[in-house]
Amino acid sequence: MFKILRYSFSDLMRSRWTYFYFGFFLLFTLGLLFLSSDVGKVIISLMNVILILVPLIATMFGIMFYYNSREFTELLLAQPLSRTQLFIGQYLGLALSLSASLLLGVGLPFLVYGIFMSAEIWNFAVLLLNGILLSFIFSGMAFWIALRHENRIKGFGLAIMMWLFFAVIYDGIFLLGLMWFSDYPLEYVSLGVSLLNPIDLSRILILLKLDISALMGYTGAVFEKFLGTGLGISLSFLSLGFWILLPTANIRRVALKKDF
Amino acid sequence: MTHARFAILSFLLLVPLFSRARTLEVCASCAYPTIQQALDASQDGDQIVVKAGTYLQPTLYIAKAITLSGENYPILEAPKGQEILVIDADGVTVEGLQLQNLTPNYLKDLAAIRVRRKGFFRILNNRLINTFFAIYLEYARDGEVSGNTITGTAVNELSSGNGIHGWYGEYVCIENNTIKGHRDGIYLEFMHFCSVSGNHSEANVRYGLHFMFSNDDHYSRNTFRKNGAGVAVMFGKRIGMTDNLFDYNWGRSAYGLLLKEIYDGKIERNRFVQNTIGIHIEGASRVEYHQNTFQRNGWAVKIAGGCLDNDFAGNTFLSNAMDFVLNGRVNSNTFNGNYWSEYTGYDLDRDGLGDVPHRPVKLFSYIVTRTPESIILLRSLFIDLMNFSEKVSPVFTPADILDHKPLMHPLQ
Repeated sequence: MFKILRYSFSDLMRSRWTYFYFGFFLLFTLGLLFLSSDVGKVIISLMNVILILVPLIATMFGIMFYYNSREFTELLLAQPLSRTQLFIGQYLGLALSLSASLLLGVGLPFLVYGIFMSAEIWNFAVLLLNGILLSFIFSGMAFWIALRHENRIKGFGLAIMMWLFFAVIYDGIFLLGLMWFSDYPLEYVSLGVSLLNPIDLSRILILLKLDISALMGYTGAVFEKFLGTGLGISLSFLSLGFWILLPTANIRRVALKKDF
Repeated sequence: MTHARFAILSFLLLVPLFSRARTLEVCASCAYPTIQQALDASQDGDQIVVKAGTYLQPTLYIAKAITLSGENYPILEAPKGQEILVIDADGVTVEGLQLQNLTPNYLKDLAAIRVRRKGFFRILNNRLINTFFAIYLEYARDGEVSGNTITGTAVNELSSGNGIHGWYGEYVCIENNTIKGHRDGIYLEFMHFCSVSGNHSEANVRYGLHFMFSNDDHYSRNTFRKNGAGVAVMFGKRIGMTDNLFDYNWGRSAYGLLLKEIYDGKIERNRFVQNTIGIHIEGASRVEYHQNTFQRNGWAVKIAGGCLDNDFAGNTFLSNAMDFVLNGRVNSNTFNGNYWSEYTGYDLDRDGLGDVPHRPVKLFSYIVTRTPESIILLRSLFIDLMNFSEKVSPVFTPADILDHKPLMHPLQ
């Protein structure tokens, strides 16, 4: 498995798109830091980008990677290799290379600007951790979708729909629900609903770290109280972990049954 | 007749030269070992100089027009349940003392320095440490409280007192004091024609400055930082607020400035930086908000009901989470000629004013006032898209809240 992982990792590391991804984050972060010396503000601007672009790019990468390396995968399938090892190795290689681009692209400029001296180090760490978790989640989901659908158009369409659902549509339905049931106490319901969407959950985890929580009034108090406790933190990371495990388990299940 | 009047006048003017204004010194080895003995021996116009040391005595009543001053901050304390100084005469000056350690009392508002129904007092450059109420002005007029450093240890509202407490009075000048850790930094109730300027009020449990039922007061050049809420002005008329800094009053129910039942006020050139709510307005009428700067607040301005004829002009709104929230209708309030960092219009004729009106109320802020829980979606992509489409073609937000002449650049 590690051989496969290493192979797909180094394959992706040589890819033009990885450099592009890395370069984009590098330039963007440098630009933000150049324009504003306030590290806290830069983290807020980066948050928006990471929450929207990281899932999108991870989804696109996941889909493209599977369809592009399909011939090679068929070749490998002919070798005495377990399918679990093959596909999980490929997936991990993909997710790790995405995470590495993100980590280096965002991390290097901050390192140069002296993040370790800054008081914002923990906010920055939470931001990066969430970015990496989102990379894992969305590349896994995309990989699963690609594995399920031989038809590339269908696969692409579904993956984009999946991203659109979590990034936009989910919040729309959520908001409609909140307005519809506004006569009821909704703090705990909204807490539960946002635990189910990895993008929402990451956003709230970062916002609470960034001291915007005071804006959130009573609802924010409930969230902060919950997410500040050991139970809350473990539940939210459990939820994010579940979102990584779900595609991983499904990749394995589909891969084992699939007739290539 | 004129000669006689001149003679009397010159006599009156010369009296101070002939009367002997003495200096009485208080220390362990001086002529007066206790302050009380010096007070008993003093006459109007005398100066009592207290040398460095610690003086513990029952409440000192100053009933003569004297100056009580300290050398190198002598420490004055009172036994448990008693006040330290009571000014009981007109024309008293108290300066350079360190008054400390008053125990909280839930029946009496014990104060370190109390002015009781007197005027022409001056309380200058004292240090008040851990005093329940530090300076208590009761029916006081024509006085000055300046340069004092007041430090409390307030934990909650119930068991703490105010730094400078005014209860009925006129023409009191409160200047350049530093107040920390009290319930309200400065509390003025039924105090008229007072001026509060250059003070620094920080980390007080409730408000940095609190007006109740006070008219014709003016406060300027003060800093209000990290208080439960910066300033509350309630039930007052003609109050001027200029050049103050409201900084980091941050918390679930915190605001920089709270206005409640205010008429004919002027709020000019203040800076509101990082407050949860910059100005919270409830029932304020005919108030002018000019050339203020709102920067990085949660809500820059939140207007609840019952506000008429307020005028916002020349203000600068910079990167606030929400610039404007208005509950209800516009009600003849005007919002013209402000700078909004979110304004995306253009200025073709280059007159410095945007050609397209700006809508300061976003759809999301409108939704949040109706469904507070939806704040949890703050900064989500869906919300940004929704705000954008609402901005292009307003359907839900009140169409008449408009800045017709938004500035292209902030006023300097």
